[in-house]
Amino acid sequence: MGDIESGFIGKSVKRKEDARFLTGSGQYTDDVTMPNQTYAHFLRSPHAHAKIRGIDTTKAKAAPGVLAVFTGADLEGVNGLPCGWLITSVDGTPMKEPPHHVLAKGKVRYVGDQVALVIAETSNQAKDAAELIDVDYEVLPAVVNCVDALKPGAPQIHDEAPGNKCYTWAIGDKAAVDAAFANAAHVTTLDIVNNRLVPNAIEPRAALASYARADESYTLYVTSQNPHVERLLMTAFVLGLPEHKVRVIAPDVGGGFGSKIYLYAEETAMVWASKRVNRPIKWAADRSEAFLTDAHGRDHVSKAELAMDKDGKFLALRVHTTANMGAYLSTFASCIPTILYATLLAGQYTTPAIYCEVTASFTNTAPVDAYRGAGRPEATYVVERIVHQAGVEMGIAQDEIRRRNFIRTFPYQTPVALQYDIGGYDACLDEAMRIADVAGFAARKAEAARRGKLRGLGYASYIEACGIAPSNIAGALGARAGLFEAGEVRVHPTGSVTVFTGSHSHGQGHETTFAQVVATRLGMSVDNVDVVHGDTGRVLFGMGTYGSRSLSVGGTAIVKALDKIVAKGKKIAAHLLEAAETDIEFKDGKFSVAGTDRSKTFGEIALTAYVPHNYPLDKLEPGLNEMAFYDPTNFTFPAGTHICEVEIDPDTGVVQVASFSACDDFGNIINPMIVEGQVHGGLVQGIGQAMLENCVYDAASGQLLTGSLMDYALPRADDVPSFKVATKVTPCTHNPLGAKGCGEAGAIGAPAALMNAVMDALASKGVKHFDMPASPHRIWQAIQSASA
Amino acid sequence: MSFPLSLNVNGKAVSASVDPRMVLAEFLRTTLGLTGTHIGCDTAQCGACTVHLDGRAVKSCNVLAVQAQGANVLTIEGLAAADGTMHPMQTAFRDCHGLQCGFCTTGMVMSAVDLVARHPGADEKTIREQLEGNLCRCTGYHNIVKAVQQGAAAMGK
Repeated sequence: MGDIESGFIGKSVKRKEDARFLTGSGQYTDDVTMPNQTYAHFLRSPHAHAKIRGIDTTKAKAAPGVLAVFTGADLEGVNGLPCGWLITSVDGTPMKEPPHHVLAKGKVRYVGDQVALVIAETSNQAKDAAELIDVDYEVLPAVVNCVDALKPGAPQIHDEAPGNKCYTWAIGDKAAVDAAFANAAHVTTLDIVNNRLVPNAIEPRAALASYARADESYTLYVTSQNPHVERLLMTAFVLGLPEHKVRVIAPDVGGGFGSKIYLYAEETAMVWASKRVNRPIKWAADRSEAFLTDAHGRDHVSKAELAMDKDGKFLALRVHTTANMGAYLSTFASCIPTILYATLLAGQYTTPAIYCEVTASFTNTAPVDAYRGAGRPEATYVVERIVHQAGVEMGIAQDEIRRRNFIRTFPYQTPVALQYDIGGYDACLDEAMRIADVAGFAARKAEAARRGKLRGLGYASYIEACGIAPSNIAGALGARAGLFEAGEVRVHPTGSVTVFTGSHSHGQGHETTFAQVVATRLGMSVDNVDVVHGDTGRVLFGMGTYGSRSLSVGGTAIVKALDKIVAKGKKIAAHLLEAAETDIEFKDGKFSVAGTDRSKTFGEIALTAYVPHNYPLDKLEPGLNEMAFYDPTNFTFPAGTHICEVEIDPDTGVVQVASFSACDDFGNIINPMIVEGQVHGGLVQGIGQAMLENCVYDAASGQLLTGSLMDYALPRADDVPSFKVATKVTPCTHNPLGAKGCGEAGAIGAPAALMNAVMDALASKGVKHFDMPASPHRIWQAIQSASA
Repeated sequence: MSFPLSLNVNGKAVSASVDPRMVLAEFLRTTLGLTGTHIGCDTAQCGACTVHLDGRAVKSCNVLAVQAQGANVLTIEGLAAADGTMHPMQTAFRDCHGLQCGFCTTGMVMSAVDLVARHPGADEKTIREQLEGNLCRCTGYHNIVKAVQQGAAAMGK
């Protein structure tokens, strides 16, 4: 896009936000303190499934320092938490949406379900008082597994969802798929579990809610990835408050990975309560609460079948998936195992017929929603595990079976609704193989064998749909919201700039990347551009950050606002330079009359806009402040190949990632340093899923067994290697930045690459498949079972 | 019930009356308003609350405030020079993009400074092992390891 190609684009500018984070002057929600603030504590269900026969709060209300105790019965007129995406079942009926009460009413449905809110002068007083609340529970049988929940006789969790079924949804041409299978030379089949994960942003969720009686307004500081969406859902759907009377601020946020997208019960109850106690209320989750109540991720059980001709050309893919929704529908839960999953099952391949059927069930577990990648890692895992296994069964090398099926003509219409605008899959595969030194693998494997170790190499050629999302397409698929983004560029009289974006940065570095885009376009220093985000009181509107959308959607909104700034600047310059507007060029921070040396600097134009003494006031308003909304015309399609090399000790089952190489195509890149950081982080989350992490509920009691960082293996520095990363570029064709998004790729490609490497290493032992995570115990067991 | 507590934090003498069950992290954050020390877990696993207690890196969520009686405590707020010049480890984290959301960062930097003091010439393997007590969910550790190496080199100068 012309003059944006130079300047700071493609440069690893050091981050503007780092100085505050490195000196302890960042301001996270729990760092904010208001005068006279009180503290909240939530009493939570110790049972996975129980009737509440009664709650006695008398003693708690009389405890020292307690201001109020609220239960579900007190929240008269407060609606349940909404779900933002309507999925329609194959029989035409809408998904089941049982009420999701802000505080439990009549029943609790998972361990951690919030039962009462205690507000006291100190946090400890609130916690002490909560222990005095007497809840009379009638414990009911629980079910935690998504397949078990659908079996006859399973405990019924909601009256509104018979058989615990939320929906059965399908996509694709079933008849064409069945026909292709009937004529296939070979069919590969796999049963695949995508393990349940706990997001574990290192900053636990927190909120600070206050009410101002003078103007009946509310202010909520909250750990959110999308404060405007939070406000809209909370005011319009749950509390019935005027939207303009609620200001939601998501200040510095310590990681999200999806878990901070959603409207949660805690902050909703606190906003409601802040008017009742007429004092600010602070709450910060401890890690145990985070494990119990942050929306979890993944948790699919699938059967996948791939039909091929005799040459390994894919003819059809058939997938049946059961997805766990948890006890209630979280904000975007319903679209994750459907719209963001099944539509990605074409992968990078020309598979002409695909059919996927998804049944979502309720269980007595925490709600499940988007977690880094959200549906796309699950799809990639299905596709790339079965492609690996197909290669093994057909005797075709792993790179070769992928090459035989790569899409090479764009735009490409998949059989599962998406249209890929562009890609270059061979280039990423070639480069990944080069940096992984695949050529030297045989020698490394032989060397490892001499030490009694098993080496394996695994590939994952993933694709993701990012840049979420074209509102009209999303709406047709059931979205109950628009998915555009808003941006505003405010030029100050002295020419410096404040940018307001509806995207939110919680680690991604928007304050730097977006400043690079603006500074380049306006021909100024990055230091002259500040980026404001995360405050409904300052930013016009926004849909927030998820689905690797910030640059491709949020950044484009800013580019559109910049277009308007430059267009207005040209009008002002034409007046000052007494030239025709069409003769004015803007380059390197100067408005010039084409073919002359007459020019005005950007700063002069800005000053003129605010001091309009010599100004076309009859034709043009003063000021230089423009806003824009951008609604994308298509998704973006980042893609790439990840190659993992593992070494396994067959005697102990211990696996080590010997190397991990990734070549990704994110389209144009603004800041390579930041992009590489996003890849590294995603890879470790993906490696974590494949090797370490697993959220486990006890099947009998429904208790969360992995409820702390001592039971749930979050990757640590010595669990992972340093990475080899590279990029190839095919610019996105439908946004002016040519950007596709990079935030989720690592978490999408890594699990399949690692598990394929494990299966490759264990092939000589006769192991075909087992489910993640590839812990030493599971590897050892797989070896023993295969040799038995 | 409350106990009198006197200690030195970032070079300044401070005195307060504290609840005996208050942990040092909470004392720093709530009583002193030093919110750069973060609390990320409740089992002494994440290390976001790491500070230096009498020259040793400790997880301040696992120390009662009263245990710091008479001690010298250094928090992230006291790491840079008085004129604001960042400590070489802080600079290295910025240069190497060793931080993203910033939440684990303050504890990570305090651990890294202590790590280098104990292992001046640490190689990558040692650095990774020594950082085992500090969790980061954003960076994948790759750039943190680079930052510690660069910071160590700068501290040695």
